[in-house]
Amino acid sequence: MKTSCLAIAGFVLLLMCFSVHGQEQNPADTLKRANELKEVQIRRIKISRRQTSSTPLQILSGEELQRMNSLSVADAVRFFSGVQLKDYGGIGGLKTINVRSMGTNHTAVFYDGVQLGNAQNGQVDLGKFSLDNIGEIELYNGQKSTIFQSAKGFSAGSSLYLNTKTPEFKDGQTDHLRAAVRGGSFGLFNPSLTWQKKLSDQIYGSISTEYKHAHGRYKFRLTNGVYDSTLVRKNADIETMRVEGGIYGRLPDSSSWNAKFYFYNDEQGLPGAIVNNVYDFPQRLWSRNFFFQSHYKKETGRYQLMASFKYAHDYSRFLDPNIVKDDGLTNNIYKQDELYFSVANRYQLSPIWDVALSADYQRSTMDANLYRFPYPTRHTGLVALATELHMERLNIQANLLGTLVNDQVEQYYSAGKKQELTPTIMASWQPFSAKEFRLRAFYKNIFRMPTFNDLYYTLIGSTFLRPEYTQQYDVGFTYLRMFEGQLLSQVSLQSDVYFNKVKDKIVAVPGASLFRWSMQNLGRVEIKGMDLNVQTAWTLGPQLHAAAGLTYTYQQAINVTSRDLNYRNQIPYIPLHSGSVIASVDWKNMGFNYSYIYTAERYDQSANIPENYVQPFYTHDLALHYNQQLSNKNIRLSAEVNNVFNQYYDVVTNFPMPGRSYRFTIAYAY
Amino acid sequence: MIASSTLNTNCLQMRNIHVIAGFYILLTSLALSACRKDPKPVEEVVTQLVADPNSVAKGFYLVNEGNMNMNKASLDYLDFRKGIYRKNIFNEANPEVVKGLGDVGSDIAVYGSKLYVVVNVSNKVEVLDVNTGKRITQINITNCRYVTFHKGKVYVSAYLGEVGDPTAPNGIVAQIDTATLREEKRIEVGRQPEEMAVVGDKIYVANSGGYSPPNYERTVSVIDVASFKVVKNIDVAINLHRLKADKYGDLYVTSRGDYYDIPSRLFVIDTKTETIKKTFDIGVSNLAIADDIAYYYSTEFSYQTGQNTITYGMLNVKDEQLLDRRFITDGTDKKIMIPYGIAVNPFSKEVFVTDAKDYVSPGTLYCFDSTGKQKYSVTTGDIPAHFAFIY
Repeated sequence: MKTSCLAIAGFVLLLMCFSVHGQEQNPADTLKRANELKEVQIRRIKISRRQTSSTPLQILSGEELQRMNSLSVADAVRFFSGVQLKDYGGIGGLKTINVRSMGTNHTAVFYDGVQLGNAQNGQVDLGKFSLDNIGEIELYNGQKSTIFQSAKGFSAGSSLYLNTKTPEFKDGQTDHLRAAVRGGSFGLFNPSLTWQKKLSDQIYGSISTEYKHAHGRYKFRLTNGVYDSTLVRKNADIETMRVEGGIYGRLPDSSSWNAKFYFYNDEQGLPGAIVNNVYDFPQRLWSRNFFFQSHYKKETGRYQLMASFKYAHDYSRFLDPNIVKDDGLTNNIYKQDELYFSVANRYQLSPIWDVALSADYQRSTMDANLYRFPYPTRHTGLVALATELHMERLNIQANLLGTLVNDQVEQYYSAGKKQELTPTIMASWQPFSAKEFRLRAFYKNIFRMPTFNDLYYTLIGSTFLRPEYTQQYDVGFTYLRMFEGQLLSQVSLQSDVYFNKVKDKIVAVPGASLFRWSMQNLGRVEIKGMDLNVQTAWTLGPQLHAAAGLTYTYQQAINVTSRDLNYRNQIPYIPLHSGSVIASVDWKNMGFNYSYIYTAERYDQSANIPENYVQPFYTHDLALHYNQQLSNKNIRLSAEVNNVFNQYYDVVTNFPMPGRSYRFTIAYAY
Repeated sequence: MIASSTLNTNCLQMRNIHVIAGFYILLTSLALSACRKDPKPVEEVVTQLVADPNSVAKGFYLVNEGNMNMNKASLDYLDFRKGIYRKNIFNEANPEVVKGLGDVGSDIAVYGSKLYVVVNVSNKVEVLDVNTGKRITQINITNCRYVTFHKGKVYVSAYLGEVGDPTAPNGIVAQIDTATLREEKRIEVGRQPEEMAVVGDKIYVANSGGYSPPNYERTVSVIDVASFKVVKNIDVAINLHRLKADKYGDLYVTSRGDYYDIPSRLFVIDTKTETIKKTFDIGVSNLAIADDIAYYYSTEFSYQTGQNTITYGMLNVKDEQLLDRRFITDGTDKKIMIPYGIAVNPFSKEVFVTDAKDYVSPGTLYCFDSTGKQKYSVTTGDIPAHFAFIY
């Protein structure tokens, strides 16, 4: 064990050595120089957005996303600091994000600016969102640093934005096509096709589709030092299909609009916990998601307007042959409908002072073929009043969010009406005349509503629940430095320390028997943390570029619910230390990428005792890319090795993760 | 390695190098700190309690269920005479068993020289040597729940006879020979059978039907051991669970109710007539009978308050009367979050109550003397639940 650790450390060092061993610079021709400069500028723009945001912002976009060993959004978000990904393993395993230990339900996920709702359990499975059509992923702690956004944008503890690729056409281009096939371990077969078309000077269209099939089998190892068996994870097959399309337009007053639809369909096995004597699982799950959304934005003039509309329908079916009822196998069907409208207005009172008013309405319904199901409908009204002072070196934003929720049920009891008023204040300050260094801070008080499962799930839900509150305090800085003509061309640094409090945490508590749990507002958690984010860019030669980034997260997340039980123990699945490294080298038309994820020891239950200890894990991934440009056509070949050292580990106890795996991609684009 | 880089050494680049060096140090420390410990079986923890060298009973085994999917069923042993509590003994005695005792220990009992541990989600009955705790064998029974014995045979109830067959919702009772430790035959009973008791040459099984609310089962199935056939179904109430026999030939059966409108109740069945003899209008979650006294507790959830109400009580099984006496008299009951297991030392009449807390934390075992005062308490595994005395 120890030797393999050293080997790994050595490997990291070697890799970094390799990344700095530049070649002597050859005199570059002007064109290439210009391209390089452009590239640097592009990077600079991205990073400066990171810089000026009053709330911590992390971005993965474009080429960076493409070169990482990632199949889904879930794979990519692991590289953000302050994030724990709860991953049940395999291609189809549930993957949810937990930001700064506040719990999955406190992160809102936005798809092209509109929140992906899930009134049933408040969680979004990021494993179901392919990276194929994603152009950019942004994670904001607190909220997006703007007052001109939907009221929903103000309503979560942290916000993850998934932005799809929008069509861009250079002179003379009228369409783009990208066709790719991915394959590899787990029997993965994953073709995708995207076509973008310039319909007129002002209207672009795009359609993207993808199919994915995998048997999902992989080896895993169980050992306690005495027994040592390697088994095969079975029943993890998955078949998915995605189609999405959009129309993007621009009006003469330079306002923009878009309309898009998204359809996703899958069938998968649902492999359960690997426990003694149980290695085979007959449960299956079918999911179908559809949404249509449309967006209008006018961002010119003193008065600015934004409006959105969304309709979503979700269907899922769960089959459990292990539970045979008097009328046959357990076959639960859940349906959800969501209707959403949003209007946001911004008015510039003076060149440095803006005010904004946003109002959203959402109607969510759920239908399930469950015993004593109340068939709830939830009306949510959100109104946000916000203001922003933007001076040369100081930016201050403040908002007050009013939330009105009214639940109605067709039978039994409803949770009734709830009203909440919650504030956020944030600032970004450039203390010196040089723009490289900025300080920032924010305070946010927000809550999450109990989900339909929390309130209405038969025998478990409790309509007495109150919202679960979080309070966040964050102070940090950003620093950016460019070095003209140097080996190290750019360093950017951001770091934040934070203190979060979660109160009235909704937890399941036991009732009369294991069949009768109930949800109660019991938990209290205090989180002290530090996030560090370092990005570097290297110009090693005219055709040799490198980039290296590192994130580190320290989180002390302790349970302060009751002095009688696990008091001040670290909460489950939150490591004290975690981090990631990404390093890449580009030489001519070749690219090499290395990524590393580290998660320190954790506990899988509240008590920090040996029985609940979970081993640290660290995975090394490698990828090699080759691009061939033929006039305006591009062929890209990629080979990836994930978990190079074949480390067996669990993110969630008894849900083993895959060992070493491979993936190959061939993509054609024009 | 930095020195070997062919760099110019102007001032800016020196700073550059510092940044690089800093970056390396960070990276290396991250990589080095990542080391894993070598895995080893979780060790037994021994706690010294009050020794009672003259105790008639030697001690008891306690099985901790462990929360579902966590694979944390565990086995503890309390030695009365030495006054020691040994927590988590299975792993050290049987380190070679892949994933240990398993997921959700649902019952435990001793017969002859063997200890039988029923592990529900692991679909098995673990047969151990009663003295050493070492495994003798494992008997696979899908979704098994409880165990009892009669004349050299083991009887195990299981929620379903077969999984995956939509037309087979009924549970079974399996008969296993204690010598060969093989299943000999099985018989279909009601849906999701729970506890069993033997009176004379009959096995009584409480059926719950818990998979199909609100269509719960209402009966106790009566199995004639000689013919191994269900000879009668006694109609009692919905969703039956506990079933204990007293020494007068009566059965004490609990109904869980439907958790909403129909409350939990306790019924007494006279096995001579196989009819309900008496209904106690009290909720009972679990009970233990020693001589003439039944010790019980009840946990009921209220839809009015959203909270649990916990009560403890005693009743006399000879004349079937509730007693005014309490078996916890020193206020310790206020400390118990969720009582989950109960047992009575038949000789000393000490009462043992376990607290399962929030079901995902180590529990506590309390010992009360015959006057109801706490004698000691000790930390157990997760969800301490079922006892097996060793005499």
